[in-house]
Amino acid sequence: MDTDDHDITVSVNGVRYKRRVESRMLLSDFLRHDLALAGTHVGCEHGVCGACTVLLDGQPVRSCLMLAVQAETHEISTIEGLTDKDGAYHPLQQAMHDHHGLQCGYCTPGILMTMTAFLEENLSPSEDEVREALSGNLCRCTGYQNIVDAVMAAAQRMRG
Amino acid sequence: MSTRTFGEPIKRNEDRRLLTGQALFIDDVELPGLLHVAFLRSQVAHAKIRKIDVSKARQRPGVVAAYVAEDLGDYWKPGPLLVPPPPIAGIVFNQRTQVPLARDKVRHVGEPLAIIIAESRYIAEDALDDIDVELEQLPAVVDLERGLRAGSALVHDDVGSNVSAHVRQTKGNYAAAAAKADCIIKRRFRYEHGISSPIETRGVVAQWDARANQMTIWDTTQAPVFVRNGLAAMLGLNERNVRVIAPFVGGGFGPKIMMFYPEEVLLPWVSMKLNRPVKWIEDRLEHFFATTHERGQIHDAEIALSRDGKILGIKDVFLHDGGAYDPYGLTVPINSQCTLLGPYVVPNYDSTFTQVFTNLTLVTPYRGAGRQHGVFVMERLLDFAAHELKIDRAEIRRRNLIPADAFPYKNEIIYQDFQPLEYDSGNYEPVLDMALEAIGYKTFKEQQAAARAQGRHLGLGLACYVEGTGIGPYEGAKVQVQSNGKVSIATGIGTQGQGHFTVFAQIAADQLGVAVTDIDVVTGDTDQFYWGAGTFASRGAVVAGNAVNEASKVVRKKALKLASDLFECSEEDLVLEDGKVSIVGIPEKFVRLGDLANQANPMRGAVQPGTEPGLESTQYFGPPMGATANGVHAMVIEVDPRTFDLKVLKYVVVHDCGTVINPMILAGQIHGGVAQGIGNAFYEKLAFDDQGQLLNASLADYLLPTALEVPRMELGHTVTPSPLNPMGIKGAGEAGAIPVGPMFAQAIEDALDLKERGVELLEIPLSPSRVFELTRKSGQ
Repeated sequence: MDTDDHDITVSVNGVRYKRRVESRMLLSDFLRHDLALAGTHVGCEHGVCGACTVLLDGQPVRSCLMLAVQAETHEISTIEGLTDKDGAYHPLQQAMHDHHGLQCGYCTPGILMTMTAFLEENLSPSEDEVREALSGNLCRCTGYQNIVDAVMAAAQRMRG
Repeated sequence: MSTRTFGEPIKRNEDRRLLTGQALFIDDVELPGLLHVAFLRSQVAHAKIRKIDVSKARQRPGVVAAYVAEDLGDYWKPGPLLVPPPPIAGIVFNQRTQVPLARDKVRHVGEPLAIIIAESRYIAEDALDDIDVELEQLPAVVDLERGLRAGSALVHDDVGSNVSAHVRQTKGNYAAAAAKADCIIKRRFRYEHGISSPIETRGVVAQWDARANQMTIWDTTQAPVFVRNGLAAMLGLNERNVRVIAPFVGGGFGPKIMMFYPEEVLLPWVSMKLNRPVKWIEDRLEHFFATTHERGQIHDAEIALSRDGKILGIKDVFLHDGGAYDPYGLTVPINSQCTLLGPYVVPNYDSTFTQVFTNLTLVTPYRGAGRQHGVFVMERLLDFAAHELKIDRAEIRRRNLIPADAFPYKNEIIYQDFQPLEYDSGNYEPVLDMALEAIGYKTFKEQQAAARAQGRHLGLGLACYVEGTGIGPYEGAKVQVQSNGKVSIATGIGTQGQGHFTVFAQIAADQLGVAVTDIDVVTGDTDQFYWGAGTFASRGAVVAGNAVNEASKVVRKKALKLASDLFECSEEDLVLEDGKVSIVGIPEKFVRLGDLANQANPMRGAVQPGTEPGLESTQYFGPPMGATANGVHAMVIEVDPRTFDLKVLKYVVVHDCGTVINPMILAGQIHGGVAQGIGNAFYEKLAFDDQGQLLNASLADYLLPTALEVPRMELGHTVTPSPLNPMGIKGAGEAGAIPVGPMFAQAIEDALDLKERGVELLEIPLSPSRVFELTRKSGQ
């Protein structure tokens, strides 16, 4: 198959990257292997498991279902940008640690990106709403209970 | 010690890297000059290979090499038998292990036919289309019973049948017991288990360094030491020249202990041949075919009871789907055979199984590892017996529990660890009582009737089980005080989320008076710790944990000895806490552990004869046999009688796994196990057609439980320490997953009055559509 290359500029976690990519390069591969931002994990490459979720202009998207060229001029946020400049946890990271919301940790970056975006929109969620929002992210280790508790606790803390 | 951490819900040391995207997983390994691998896999389940021509693929720009079986020369060999058959009289076992690339014949969909190595994975996958393949398709062996009939197609022609193994184990005399029985219940059960589906698939990176004569392999394995030993032998290298690293692994659940997968064998060979590092990461579609499954069994089982509900004996004949090759021996069906006995007194037992070769992906343990199948049969038999004898279902279980004074309890058959099946300790009745209390058993009937009056269908399920855990042979650990005062622990097992970085640190922290956060644990790197077996059978905390404890005790002793020499006082006058040794009552008189470690490695001068440098110790621990944990799960569900959709209203687990190291991590293990059990019980099913094609090989079609399906769980614990190790611990990794199936079946029957309607649920999974079919078939 013939391929064609494109020059793109993408902003990730506030840093602008200029790269030449093949048109077929997945955004997930671009982030992980071209930009060495390997915290975004790939679980299924067909948009079901949610592990590769990143934020595109603040909205959660599956980076395995997007091409890198589609991210041109957009702002991407990944797990590497979730702590503050001093490395302090986002309240949800802290709550995940406090509530044992992760085991193997492979699905965790996707869950953090999905649920931090969710909390931006709903700081007073019910448990059912949290479960609904979380249902697009598969976790095979935790049974979700501690993740749900972590999200509820983070919401409470963020409400102040 | 200032604060005891053992037994406390200490937060995990490993979380920071995982929460910030800084943990190294297999696909994060990047190396200069790295090449990428894609496999051509068979799209049919059973075929003769006429031709595989990779010459055109080799011409594609960016492709570096392409190989088929013939290119491997003498390196092409069937894999080793990992688990030999246990010493059981009259056992039949036909060893046929998997091969690196199919030659002459393919035996399951997804079996690799050729390997492409290219500058990128994209190019490698493009080149798969260039390969010219001619296969002559053969009828596939998919159905277990048909596979055993005369005239069936044969998975391995030279075996002469599709029998992989045949095993009979007996205890007492079932026929004599049955002759005296008041009640005999006989049923046929089908239990399907699925695919473990870790969110991280498998992967291998191999880097041959010709200048250093060193092979480094990153592998998503649960058993790095055995992978190193096996690959060193295959590659003709010394074991010291091979380093296997299992980095952070994104979930294991059993299939990642299988070895040697074809990819594990091939990538190091390719790296040596090309003198370049190579990487292969399994994609999700490959995972459905190329990573092992667990799948199904068919049981013809009968139970003989006295009028008062006492079990007199059980007879069971079952078929076990082994898949196309049997490198893992008989672990799964032996677990089914043994675990069926559960927490009950079963004086007479006659159990026979046949492991059947099929043209499907290999079957190896997946969390529970066959235990589910056995528990399903036993618990369902007890349900039907309770109904027949008009005894309450909790009561019939209680009447048959092994009494607390009967331990150690001998079951007189051989377990998966080749030892006689013996339960080390237990106190089962309080566990049942706690579960009944927590689920509200006494008042449930009223609750159910009240709900029914409003048109709501509630049902209760209850199931008991035991879990063999913590089996041998052994693990080891090296505990070492660093000169900065921090402690390093290395052990040979791999880790996939179980919290080893924290629980091992807790064990050492208490011995050494050091903060948990000042203890760094390394797992799964054969250059850091040379010996060990691996992470499986709920054994990491038990076996490696006890090795850490033993090594920590020796280091503690050494530290006290060094300090007593230094202070010229007796060891009894010293206290070890907050990272320093001080004299009791004179806290200002102290020496830091790090300084002692430094002094234990003098640069000049003479030492006493027999002196070992460093403040460190390496110790090993091997239990005489596995420790048996037990538990009871109970649930209340609501079923929609029109759609058969199901909601779990309450879920209770009461569990006894001996002494608990970290209750927070233990709870996580139980939660995750239950979630996998619910997927198994409710809707996970590998759907094959009669040609061995998997029809639902995507996560959009093979449904895994989400946060909407997994209910909140209430946990309770009792503690009956194991006498088999100094810390009294038992394993817990599989406990959550084991008893969910029979409980679902029981609760659905209860909710929909199925017994009264003449419908019995004799199979798992029980998706809403399947329950609909089963109730419709009965004309109800």
